[in-house]
Amino acid sequence: MVSLPELRERIAGIPDPELPVVTIGDLGILREVRTDGPSVEVRITPTYVGCPALDVIRTEIRRVLEDAGFPDGKVSVVFAPPWGTGDISAEGRRKLAAAGIAPPSADAPACPQCGSPHTEVLSAFGATLCQSLRRCTSCREPFPAMKPH
Amino acid sequence: MTTDPLLFTYTLRLGDDALILAQRLSEWASRAPEIEEDIALTNIALDLLGQARVLLDYAGKVEGAGRDEDDLAYLRTEPEFLNVHLVEQENGDFAHTIARQLFFSTYQLALYEELISSKDDVLAGVAAKGVKEAAYHRDHAQQWTLRLGDGTEESHRRMQAAVDRFWPFTPELFESDEVTRALAARGIGVDPSVLRPRWEQAIDDVLREATLRKPELIWASYGGRRGVHTECFGYLLAEMQYLHRLHPDASW
Repeated sequence: MVSLPELRERIAGIPDPELPVVTIGDLGILREVRTDGPSVEVRITPTYVGCPALDVIRTEIRRVLEDAGFPDGKVSVVFAPPWGTGDISAEGRRKLAAAGIAPPSADAPACPQCGSPHTEVLSAFGATLCQSLRRCTSCREPFPAMKPH
Repeated sequence: MTTDPLLFTYTLRLGDDALILAQRLSEWASRAPEIEEDIALTNIALDLLGQARVLLDYAGKVEGAGRDEDDLAYLRTEPEFLNVHLVEQENGDFAHTIARQLFFSTYQLALYEELISSKDDVLAGVAAKGVKEAAYHRDHAQQWTLRLGDGTEESHRRMQAAVDRFWPFTPELFESDEVTRALAARGIGVDPSVLRPRWEQAIDDVLREATLRKPELIWASYGGRRGVHTECFGYLLAEMQYLHRLHPDASW
């Protein structure tokens, strides 16, 4: 059987199914791993309520729990406090930027390709519920950006 | 969980509004005028479907009869659905869909802003996240209303026709009855009549800026909250439920 901090680390390291460059720990989807005697409960929260990745994440967490010796571990989805872009860790923001996805920003995000601060919205909606589509007005490349909320 | 018939009805109403609008919007998949719009409308549908799943799952638990989200979505008959008539109306052209989105998202945003302070943890939780989603939906609808209303002669004509077409379905959004009044009194639900001034102000502002005329209310459509629906609803349910009824509990 593994210790609680190690179990948490293993679960936090599960890659996000839709944005596999970051983990569910980086994104702040993993809220809590708690034990009550021999039972374990993992609490996760969706970035957006309809996020279709959540079912896959739940299955992955169950697999990790089983491998770690907790076949009866429980995975709960919680909505309070709601997920916000502030829940993404500094490491997560760095990994997103390195993968060409602009991390969330209150101002217009810089182009992840050329670094120009001059970018515009192409569409408020993108390839996943948490992304929008922008374009750099300097190098003209379109790029995905995490929604600011 | 203890059974609570009024909370069951209230939660079902919120969940059905989201579910049925999600179903209508998803009909746009691969048919929108441009790819960004295809993605936008189906993203909005997915947001609403997510809200519907949480709400119907919760409604099933509150009811205490062992029904889950799938049972409630796929195995209820037309008179058991409690959504407003606005969300079940056919998509029409793109302007029609935008007008319906403008009316509904403005209402839903105001509703969730109030529901955040609900004493019910699940409803407050859905509202806290839903308020951000609804703000995106409303922004999308508002931008298109402005572009089409204050666009060409043809886009203006069609946007005005769309606003006129759905106007009679808007008063139902604010209908209060013994269910909403009782839950508002318990600090759990919102009496929708309190949302009306905020909705009217927001809609007036958008229509004016879009150079559109606010329609006169000649008639109003009611009955969805009591399970009485318009003609198009049966066809929508048939398509939504067909596969599940043919292959019960199928999964992939």
